[in-house]
Amino acid sequence: MATEFESMTSQIATLQSGASVSGDVSQFISFRVGEEEFAIDIMAVREIKGWTQTTTLPNQPDYLLGILNLRGTIVPIYDLRCRFGLGLTIATRTHVVIIVSVLERTVGLLVDAVSDILTVRGDAIRPIPDMERQGSTQFFSGIITVNESMVVLLSLEALFERAVAALPDLAA
Amino acid sequence: MSTGNEFEQFRKTFFEECQEILSDLDGLLATLAADPSDRECLNAIFRGVHSIKAGAGAFSFTRLVGFSHNLEAALDGLRDGRIAGTDQVTQLLVRAVDTLAAFVEAAQCGAEPRAGFGDELSRDLLRMMETGGEERPIASAAPKPEAATASPAGALSRFRIRFKPHWEMFRHANEPLLVLRELRQLGTCIIACDMSRLPAINALDPEESYLCWLIEIETVASAARIEEVFEFVEDDCDLMIEPMDGIEYPVASPAEEPAIPGLVAGEPEEAAGVVRANGGEEGAGKARGNNVSSIRVELSRVDRLVNMVGELVITQSMLAQQIADLALAQGSQAVRGQEDLAMLTRELQECVMAIRMQPVKSVFARMPRLVREVSAKLGKPIRLVTAGELTEVDKTVIEELADPLTHMIRNAIDHGVESPEMRRAAGKPEEGTIELTALHAGSNILIHVADDGGGIDRDRLFRKAVEKGIVSANAKLSEEEIDELLFSPGFSTAEKVTDVSGRGVGMDVVRRNIVKLGGRIQVQSALGKGTRFTLVIPLTLAVLDGMIVAVGTERYILPLTSIIESYRPHPRTVRVVTGGMQVAAVRGEYVRLVHLHDLFGVQDAVTDPAQGLVVLVETAQGNKIGVVVDELIGQQQVVIKSLTDNFDPVRGISGATILGNGRVALILDIEQLSAMSPRTGSERLVPLPVDVAA
Repeated sequence: MATEFESMTSQIATLQSGASVSGDVSQFISFRVGEEEFAIDIMAVREIKGWTQTTTLPNQPDYLLGILNLRGTIVPIYDLRCRFGLGLTIATRTHVVIIVSVLERTVGLLVDAVSDILTVRGDAIRPIPDMERQGSTQFFSGIITVNESMVVLLSLEALFERAVAALPDLAA
Repeated sequence: MSTGNEFEQFRKTFFEECQEILSDLDGLLATLAADPSDRECLNAIFRGVHSIKAGAGAFSFTRLVGFSHNLEAALDGLRDGRIAGTDQVTQLLVRAVDTLAAFVEAAQCGAEPRAGFGDELSRDLLRMMETGGEERPIASAAPKPEAATASPAGALSRFRIRFKPHWEMFRHANEPLLVLRELRQLGTCIIACDMSRLPAINALDPEESYLCWLIEIETVASAARIEEVFEFVEDDCDLMIEPMDGIEYPVASPAEEPAIPGLVAGEPEEAAGVVRANGGEEGAGKARGNNVSSIRVELSRVDRLVNMVGELVITQSMLAQQIADLALAQGSQAVRGQEDLAMLTRELQECVMAIRMQPVKSVFARMPRLVREVSAKLGKPIRLVTAGELTEVDKTVIEELADPLTHMIRNAIDHGVESPEMRRAAGKPEEGTIELTALHAGSNILIHVADDGGGIDRDRLFRKAVEKGIVSANAKLSEEEIDELLFSPGFSTAEKVTDVSGRGVGMDVVRRNIVKLGGRIQVQSALGKGTRFTLVIPLTLAVLDGMIVAVGTERYILPLTSIIESYRPHPRTVRVVTGGMQVAAVRGEYVRLVHLHDLFGVQDAVTDPAQGLVVLVETAQGNKIGVVVDELIGQQQVVIKSLTDNFDPVRGISGATILGNGRVALILDIEQLSAMSPRTGSERLVPLPVDVAA
């Protein structure tokens, strides 16, 4: 299991060096949360690891599962399913944490499984249909079609701007 | 990264290099004193001084450039044998290097050495060049700096030439006059002859060379062309050719007095109207205390070392746990080995931490200048008293202190200290006093910024806060809560916005910076008497002696330094006062009990203090609270990890650490705990699923 994640992580690192990408092409990591496929920009991904028990941080929103030790760095772990309002993930050994860099922070996203690495032309990314921006749709930045199924692109920035704002203010 | 930051970075590097060079120079001078003929050593000294001069030029530290230029010229004289390496000369060089260090320090602190500082030494150096190192002072008045004549037109450039033939030159049948004539053909020359070394006629040795010519030439020719003129005599004379543009040299009248090459005196305009700051005096007046030899290491390398030692400490304690579990006989090799390892690890960690510790002096030293500027701008005379400059704290902390302290001192002068008229009316001395003190308190450094001004007018503060919509007019706030308003974003009580402060971008930023360091800011104030801000900042961002406590399944760390005692209270000594607040009687004192399970929403924890334990802790302000926990697990030195690198501050938590088993434990913030009120049931956190064993 561990070696599988390690090889995935090193594969991502290779892709990030940009060797195989040219022109108007972006690469994404797709993963599964519940029944749905999501994807995030591969450049944001630092590492993929298996789920380990986190330490609870007091008085935080439910979707913040807690923090864990990533080789000496304290990293908060977010439950994406819960963030999307689909209830808490009952995390097991088979669950995956994607460590990403967003807004100068390193955070972990708990997902059910990592699916694939997608290479997508810029014009293949379709906008989210114009709908009322509420609930979790505000975190979506586009839709791509892969093998006749839809994958929703997540904006990590939107996700974490909200997460930061939702936290209690220390000065309050 | 902005250019400003880069500039600041270069500037910092320059001063680091200066310190390095200066400490090298000490050693080199000692070597030179022992053996004045050591050319390698002399060259090294010359190079060092030259580097400082060049760097100082790039940052426009005019007076530093001036002084190092003089020193460099003297060293050059020594190098080409014009000056004999006597004891007097080396002593003079030692003094000159001390002065150079003072100039560097002053430039670094941003303070201005007093006008004329170093001039005397400059003159000594130049006199030394004139006399060739023999103590035979010329009877010339101190030269007055004069502006050089107008800059040359067109391609004309000006050179100063100092030409002192050796007696060998005459032996080789060369005639100085011919050289001078040739020079005159290159351009307009002012030629002066220095006859000061010419002895009385009865003592005159006809074969000796006593004369020295000083030539100023204005010419279209290049320096190389001028050098050509001296081609045949250059081995038999002391020759110095310097361009005169750019730096202004004092020009003595050529006929009577030898010009003194290379003297750059203190700029006269600096002499007038400059208030001397304490720092300036200190910076320039005292010999440098920092002559410990040192190496410069990139901070990131030290950080890596710190991190690795941190991991080592964790591994060591894990190993210790496993050995303890084996229940080996005391004194068995494994146990002894592990004890040694524990001791070594601890020592190693202390050594590593000490690398990063530095006195706060470097920050404090910048403050006198600030006080001087702000006090002049606002017309409030201020006396700055500093204490505890040698208190050591982690380098990172020091760097982060400058901005908050600047803000706070500026605020203290602008808002804290009253105008001289008001002070007189209140029966206080017109001169306000600001005290800046640093001291160690346990694992924290406390920095006080205290003024003897008007104190916080809480009524006015509250009204302002209502006006600005920060609090509602009906709010009932305690004095402390009102004081807290000072730290609200966008808050300013100054009647008028000044360019010194008063835009309300002060204290909230200060607090944010301090919190980022894992510290706190507190304010105490008495109306009419003054205000004191206290920064409580951890000494090092890295290690803490902690007590691990259990609350339900959670593990927390209490800083050992704040723990007074722990005990299981008798049920009769605990009672509920109001609104669920519990107090416990401890030796005639009543302390508030803080239930961690309640504050943090921990399930399955002991709720009755009489069934668990009360850990009595004291805040930095001296308030005592009783923290109710299930049990004590043990004492351990923990490596502090920042929570706020990747997350927002969590109330009641100052940081995190990694326990021996690899799990993260939270470090409790006593001050914040004491200020937190019991939660209401509705805020309770939904329990998280616990599935996988660690």
